[in-house]
Amino acid sequence: MRHACFITVGPARFRIGSDWRAPIDQLRALYSDYPMDEVVPDFTVRLQSTSALRRYVRPQVAIAGDFMLPDAVPLPLEQGLLAAEMAMNLQMALGWRRHLLLHASAVSRHGRAVVMTGVSGAGKSTLSALLAERGWRFLGDEFVLLDPDTGNIAPFPRPISLKNAAIAAVEQEVDDDTRFGPVMRDTPKGTIRHLRPRAEWVEQMARETRPALLLFPRFGYPRAVRRMDEAESFVRLTQASTNYVALGDRGFDALTGFVRSVPACAIDYADGEEGAELVERLWSEQGVRAAAA
Amino acid sequence: MTDGWSVARALTDPASVAGLNADQWTRLLAAARALSLIGTLAEILADQPLPDHVSRVLADVRLSNQTGLRQALWEAECARMALADYPGRVVLLKGTAFAAAALDAARGRSIGDLDILVARDALDQVEALLLQARWEWVKPDPYDDAYYRQWMHELPPLIHAERDRMIDVHHTILPLTARPRPDAAALLANARALPSGLYTLSPADMICHAAAHLIADGDLSGGMRNLWDIDRLVRQFVEEDAGFAQKLEERAKLHHLHDAVARALRLAYRLFGTPAIWPIRPGTADALFLRRITAVDGWGRKTRKLTRQGFYIRSHLLRMPPAMLARHLWTKWRKGHRSQL
Repeated sequence: MRHACFITVGPARFRIGSDWRAPIDQLRALYSDYPMDEVVPDFTVRLQSTSALRRYVRPQVAIAGDFMLPDAVPLPLEQGLLAAEMAMNLQMALGWRRHLLLHASAVSRHGRAVVMTGVSGAGKSTLSALLAERGWRFLGDEFVLLDPDTGNIAPFPRPISLKNAAIAAVEQEVDDDTRFGPVMRDTPKGTIRHLRPRAEWVEQMARETRPALLLFPRFGYPRAVRRMDEAESFVRLTQASTNYVALGDRGFDALTGFVRSVPACAIDYADGEEGAELVERLWSEQGVRAAAA
Repeated sequence: MTDGWSVARALTDPASVAGLNADQWTRLLAAARALSLIGTLAEILADQPLPDHVSRVLADVRLSNQTGLRQALWEAECARMALADYPGRVVLLKGTAFAAAALDAARGRSIGDLDILVARDALDQVEALLLQARWEWVKPDPYDDAYYRQWMHELPPLIHAERDRMIDVHHTILPLTARPRPDAAALLANARALPSGLYTLSPADMICHAAAHLIADGDLSGGMRNLWDIDRLVRQFVEEDAGFAQKLEERAKLHHLHDAVARALRLAYRLFGTPAIWPIRPGTADALFLRRITAVDGWGRKTRKLTRQGFYIRSHLLRMPPAMLARHLWTKWRKGHRSQL
């Protein structure tokens, strides 16, 4: 295609082609810390015009690639970066087979990870971003990659996708303005702004971590914590996985192994501050229990 | 060599991938995906020495192949159970048939919908049994529904409420509006029983169906995969039966598909070096067909728009006489406009 770049995130390699220059330039800026070697990719992504005319007049970006959804809605060119991110997510969700994919965010400390899963709007991105600014290592805010053989998590630290009110909340925490991408308004998900992970998290992205705690956060509710048993965690995570069925018995073994090896809690919280504090508290309780055992 | 041809080359001569550089691999894999042949390519190259990352990508594809095969066979089993009270033959078609009969053509083949063939006078009963087993209509549009029932060779597609998989129930192998009239009763009568109680078409009829689908029906969008099916089937059937070429000739004539089969065999010979079991005479327009079939680039994009549009128009002309086509397009055009308002 006319414009193209290669990006490696964790174990996954992408080739992104575009009919326009702008989305590729934005990707290069947002992913400046990531390896960009021209290697044989796992996935090809295409940002292409919906017609020859629409390349120039009110340009619309159609999302295409190795894996596609038949009814994907095109985005205006100003949201080309979002289109690229969505397309990369789609390739992972539909095509990745090396790990069990959970729709979740994760951060780690001393090589042990907290996995936070929930529906869109539950606050998993925001929580991971806040914790990552407070000394945690950021592992990813969209997908958690669980290795079926070892039970470890392979970091997949993409730029963090902040939405609506979360943008201001995280902007307060981050001093370095250059870590933010462009503000995209009126997208299908509202206003979106990406936050570039710190360079050291990207440098460490080949290093796997051990999962230690599983949380089901829910934003906008009065503070509450509830222990969750293995069976409920399991069923909820089958819903949160995009490739559980496709992996067959490997997926089943990976997921049962996961819910047996980590304690799980549902947590409700009113705002990001409270959420982050709750995660810290559960983490230290967990640490005490682990030390006692 | 265009990217479409490089896929054909890798499939027919697996050792030829030895010299590919990273860029060539990248293009090959993208083109093969776009042609729905990545699964096949992964199986064909399974024993070749490959660069590390290519081998990881293709190992993933082979895992997906296993899942796809399992799901396709399970879907066939679900249909068998749903139709247990139907006394007639239920014949599996296309990919699911290859898989159920463990033919070489099934190796790595992507299988989407479940296609079955039953007697035309049994359609009502079969439809009722499937609806009872929780398949549902996909096309809610009354015009589309009526069009299928009056003119097509299959019921309007049904989708299963829980498993989200489609079934196409055929009563013959070409639309009723097409000029050739395959002998549907003969297809059923010659079908081969599988241990499960389901059936597949006879070997010669399988080739006739593949050729009908490729040459006399669609717009060739899945053309290369179709020709690869034909290549694998022909190679296997001539090996198992010395009189196969003759049998195929008789069946193709019976179904009025002699020209379609001849063209398909020629194209397969040109693209994949399929054994020439019929004398190969240079066919007019073969080059154009191959141009269409290989129209994909190293990004997985469709190329040669004009050629593709030509074949798209051709597919409609084959399906309908001109007056009927005009009426059909007029109805579709009006609906398109209304739905935009």
